[in-house]
Amino acid sequence: MQQITLGEAVNQALREEMRRDERIFIAGEGVGVSIHSGPGATSGLLEEFGPRRVKDTPVSEAGIAGLAVGASVMGLLPVVEIMFNPFFTIAADQIVNHAAKLRYLSGGKSKFPLVVRIKTGAGMGAGCQHSHNLEAWLAHSPGLKVVMPATPADAKGLLKSAIRDENPVIFIEDIILHWVPGPVPEEDYTIPIGVADIKKPGTDVTVVTWSKALGTAFKAAGQLEQEGISVEIVDLRSLVPLDEATVLESVRKTGRLVVLHEATRTGGFGGEIAALAAEKAFDALKAPVLRVTAPDIPVPYSKPLEDFYMPNEADLIEAIKRLF
Amino acid sequence: MDNQEKKKLLRMMLLIRRFEEKLVALSKDPQKFGGMMIVCTGQEAVAAGAGAALLPEDVIVTNHRSHGHLLAKGAEPDLIMAEIFGRRTGYNKGKSGTLHIAAPEVNALCTTTVVGGGIPIAMGTAFAAQYMNKDYVTVCFFGNGASDEGSFHEALNMASLWNLPVIFVCENNVYSGAQRQEEHTKVKDIADRAVAYAMRGEVVDGNDALAVYEAVQRAREECLSGAGPVLIECKTYRWGGHGTADMQLYQPQEEIAGWKEKCPIKKLQADLQQAGVLTEQEFQQMESDVEQIVEQAVRFAEASPWPEPAEALEDVYV
Repeated sequence: MQQITLGEAVNQALREEMRRDERIFIAGEGVGVSIHSGPGATSGLLEEFGPRRVKDTPVSEAGIAGLAVGASVMGLLPVVEIMFNPFFTIAADQIVNHAAKLRYLSGGKSKFPLVVRIKTGAGMGAGCQHSHNLEAWLAHSPGLKVVMPATPADAKGLLKSAIRDENPVIFIEDIILHWVPGPVPEEDYTIPIGVADIKKPGTDVTVVTWSKALGTAFKAAGQLEQEGISVEIVDLRSLVPLDEATVLESVRKTGRLVVLHEATRTGGFGGEIAALAAEKAFDALKAPVLRVTAPDIPVPYSKPLEDFYMPNEADLIEAIKRLF
Repeated sequence: MDNQEKKKLLRMMLLIRRFEEKLVALSKDPQKFGGMMIVCTGQEAVAAGAGAALLPEDVIVTNHRSHGHLLAKGAEPDLIMAEIFGRRTGYNKGKSGTLHIAAPEVNALCTTTVVGGGIPIAMGTAFAAQYMNKDYVTVCFFGNGASDEGSFHEALNMASLWNLPVIFVCENNVYSGAQRQEEHTKVKDIADRAVAYAMRGEVVDGNDALAVYEAVQRAREECLSGAGPVLIECKTYRWGGHGTADMQLYQPQEEIAGWKEKCPIKKLQADLQQAGVLTEQEFQQMESDVEQIVEQAVRFAEASPWPEPAEALEDVYV
């Protein structure tokens, strides 16, 4: 099986889908000719598909998102890019008030089959206006689907599903994961949106996580395994719709739950998972539900500060041990 | 435009006027529907003139002051009224109300109340025309206040950069909320802003339905020939407040009275009567036809069922 990075997997999904369906176009800042050196998620697409289908745009996030809303209601399948998650706030009116709500406002008559790809994540020393995981904001906007893959194989299959979905889908890619390789099937395949994946089975505690934090969960699970604690890792992959069944089944099996995410704590999506367990699996819990998250601060620049910001395996191990 | 079409233009303005007068009356009756009505009284020539220049395949994107645009694009009065009554038979099953009606049947695809929010979307529907090589234009209606939004700048820049077939119709009714134009921008003519995007801008008498029709028709041809987009500023005036809850304490009475003298309906009526095209009897017939349409719409809406509460959960996702 090919070993490619998440960025390359996104590229492959875009390329294959664009070959399959002429209605798909991509647009964004530097999706054709980029200021970022090295291969990116959209590298080579301009050369293959030309400037009609690969639109480099002005630095206009509201314009980019509005382009997707308007083009999608006319039957096109836009895949637009917001370069970094904090810049989403400029596009938020178009995404939250329009992409998410216009179908409802039409009484179900119109549809907006668009994808907004957003790069995210701390760890690149870029500071808080480039690194800020805002997935909980998006998950709080009914009408959107929110996908956040952790592996290259999931990224390829989920992006294909996102492009083929008739709803607006927000597809959030961690920028560090863009450079991490993993096995990816070469054939055409999809992974359904709204289905979590048990990345590692276990019996003593459930860790629910997504995106880059999956790696942290694996490191912690490896160490705890040595100490006789068996960790089950549930990778949500999609926040909306949420695969409640897989989470609850795992919690009922292990009786313990820790939620791990890179985003800040207050109002983070981890609270939603904790509430889910409290509402629907309280009887199965042997210990309190814990959250391991970033502190409620902007992402700092300096390396030791940024490392402090990101929850690591020691934080997760410490939390899990408190449950026994 | 031949005489028959001119009469249709007058009739459309009359329909918009009477339809909205009825809305205002109904909104004051708690037995009908509550809430503030946002109406375009005094500005009907913009909607009717632009609507007359468009074909069914053309798209409109409009804003909070939308009833006129929707009617002029061919939306059914019955279905608009039922939507405002909150009934299941309304255009959007009671999910939009007066403020957000979408009528995809007539390509009125988006009515947004986020000021300026529709402008990037109109750029997107126009992009789709170019991408699919289809001969339709998009008309985006917005007010003078919306031209102060960042979305206006982003969308006009992109539309111009890509030569998209979109007509930006700025309906300048002098006020942006309670602020007069000189209090919200130093720019005298919003059309001048087109210069910043290397786009053609044009000022039109927004109380002259024929002038609006001609300007939009001209812009439509330019757009279809690939020479778009165009920014048309229609100078007009809001007789009422922002909405019916607005006491208009900031609008001088003599100013309102002056603009009522320039009523777009009276103007076209007088022009047609002086030209011998329209008799008083024909005009009275027009009034009575329009009244019947409005009364029928109210009857349809009142006889329509309410949605079941659980229908609130439908239509979020495909």
